[in-house]
Amino acid sequence: MTAATDARRARTLFEKVWDAHVVRAETPETPAVLYVDLHLMHEVTSPQAFSMLRERSLKVRRPDRTLATTDHSTPTLPRLPDGRWPFYDAQNEAQVAQIERNARDFGVELHGLGDPQQGVVHVFGPEMGATQPGMTVVCGDSHTATHGAFGALAFGIGTSEVGHVLATQCLLQRKPRSLAIRVEGALQPGVTAKDLVLAIIAQIGVGGGTGHVMEFTGPAVRALTMEGRMTLCNMAIEGGARAGMIAPDDVTFQWLAGKPRVPQGAAFEAAVARWRRLPTDDGAVYDREVTVDVSRLEPMVTFGTNPAQGIPVTGRIPDPGAEKDPAARATLESALRYMALTPGKPILGQKIDVVFVGSCTNGRLEDLREAARVMRGRKVRTRTLVVAGSHAVKKAAEAEGLDRIFRDAGAEWREPGCSMCLAMNGDMLEPGQYCVSTSNRNFEGRQGPGGRTLLASPATAAAAAVSGAVADPRRLVEG
Amino acid sequence: MEPIRTIESRTVVIPRENIDTDQIIPGRFLKVTDKQGLGKALFSDWRYDAGGKPRPEFVLNLPEAQGCTVLVAGDNFGCGSSREHAPWALVDHGIRAVVSTRIADIFRNNALKNGLVPVVLDPASHAKLLAAPGAKVRIDISSQTVALPDGTTASFPLDGFAKYCLLNGVDELGFLLSQEEAIAAFESKV
Repeated sequence: MTAATDARRARTLFEKVWDAHVVRAETPETPAVLYVDLHLMHEVTSPQAFSMLRERSLKVRRPDRTLATTDHSTPTLPRLPDGRWPFYDAQNEAQVAQIERNARDFGVELHGLGDPQQGVVHVFGPEMGATQPGMTVVCGDSHTATHGAFGALAFGIGTSEVGHVLATQCLLQRKPRSLAIRVEGALQPGVTAKDLVLAIIAQIGVGGGTGHVMEFTGPAVRALTMEGRMTLCNMAIEGGARAGMIAPDDVTFQWLAGKPRVPQGAAFEAAVARWRRLPTDDGAVYDREVTVDVSRLEPMVTFGTNPAQGIPVTGRIPDPGAEKDPAARATLESALRYMALTPGKPILGQKIDVVFVGSCTNGRLEDLREAARVMRGRKVRTRTLVVAGSHAVKKAAEAEGLDRIFRDAGAEWREPGCSMCLAMNGDMLEPGQYCVSTSNRNFEGRQGPGGRTLLASPATAAAAAVSGAVADPRRLVEG
Repeated sequence: MEPIRTIESRTVVIPRENIDTDQIIPGRFLKVTDKQGLGKALFSDWRYDAGGKPRPEFVLNLPEAQGCTVLVAGDNFGCGSSREHAPWALVDHGIRAVVSTRIADIFRNNALKNGLVPVVLDPASHAKLLAAPGAKVRIDISSQTVALPDGTTASFPLDGFAKYCLLNGVDELGFLLSQEEAIAAFESKV
């Protein structure tokens, strides 16, 4: 990418990153060959890709651009006295053993169980400084969108594509369309990035971003910390967009400075100078634009079975009778039937059984601080799991004494992993239970067959934990 | 992959919108390290009760649904996770095409890599199929058309390269591997 091509026309952040990674341009007959800078990997979506490499006698082309962890199948209880891990079942254990074998056989850097860097793939990657502005990042995981918070083009791929990237460091891709989500106004105290993204998805719908890469812009986005930006981009996929992006700025550069894989000293300054050229040019055109005003946004909570079914925490459960479109009415009716919630009733005060604080959406230090601020000096009235997103987060939280606040409140302070976000490791709801969860999906059965998920921010989840019911966190931290 | 030119079948209709990948195959079935036999977990929480018995009223369990290879679903099929286990489960069950008004990006990519044809129709044509469960349809890959039960024909979009792969039974990896020289040249510039 030269200065001359830069000057040719105004481009969006997405176009700049895309253009810089085209190995072979797309034609009507063939998609673009797109180069991948960073390939992240976990145990669930990689085994069949390594099997394919073995079948075809292929190697991992760039082990130095490949980074793996274990997170989905791993237990969140500590190692047993005899040194073994308390896996939920033999399949979980075999899956973790498989990525350990694959990493060894193919020379891939793995931060697995017992490694101080281990964590949820979208938490540990940025912590290691592996995710950097302007990169292309992929992983066999839809929440790869998270890494777009750094101004990277980051998206989830399937296992066949994991195999393609392992073998060639490239993907075949048609260029997606661009969608600007301009966020006007300022978030009120007690309202967070999670509330913002739930509001955006409620506005555009779960399929609203299909075929697009979202770029989040505007003053409310610039005001977010990196943790908040990661929460926002993380859930781009819940609005149907494979990737969400935020232009890098001083907040980004300060966060990256000193991280292990980030260039140091003069090389860092040079990198920052390059990264400053990434933001969307004045006059660049998006395929679509949506504006969201957040001045009056309240903490959000979902009542239904997709992430677009969210309402303000002070709101009432919608009435399907008021819905004119028959398909939309059927969707709403089916959600309320599954959730066993009554139309027209306030969501505040809805009794709950479990609270989950964690995940790639809200398992970072700032998220835990938010939850601790509400739980401090109070007792939980439900089963409450607090699961740090990584060992680094866990260590930092313990250094601040957050673990004591959670334990004193009666919450379970667990080892890092995906845990109850998708309930693959035995951390799961019982049928019929209600859970206020800081994760990203409230799909039927996501947290265990028959389980009922209400998505919310860490503060709202903590408020629910100490209230035993859906509660407004603003009433608990002001008093 | 076997080449696919046409798919002829009666339809199975699940009229729900936003059928997510957790419904297609719940997370607890993702602990496998191969892709065999996932068809038995397809729509598991809708197909079976808590004791594992088939729910007789669920459409896939109806006698007339046996052998059907075309699934018609509501808008925005396959939203959610990137799990390729979703198309693996559908294909293992015998489904060869999924028809909706919108299909999620990652699911569509994954489907195509497994010879499962994602068919996005205009709302009017789609509505005809929703209204006629069990109707006979014929999907023609080459002309990108679906012959509907009322005798009309609807067309659907299909990327030229994806179409070539389906018609010839080839996968993308071969093409990517043939790009080695261009990839190496790109890397030497970075």
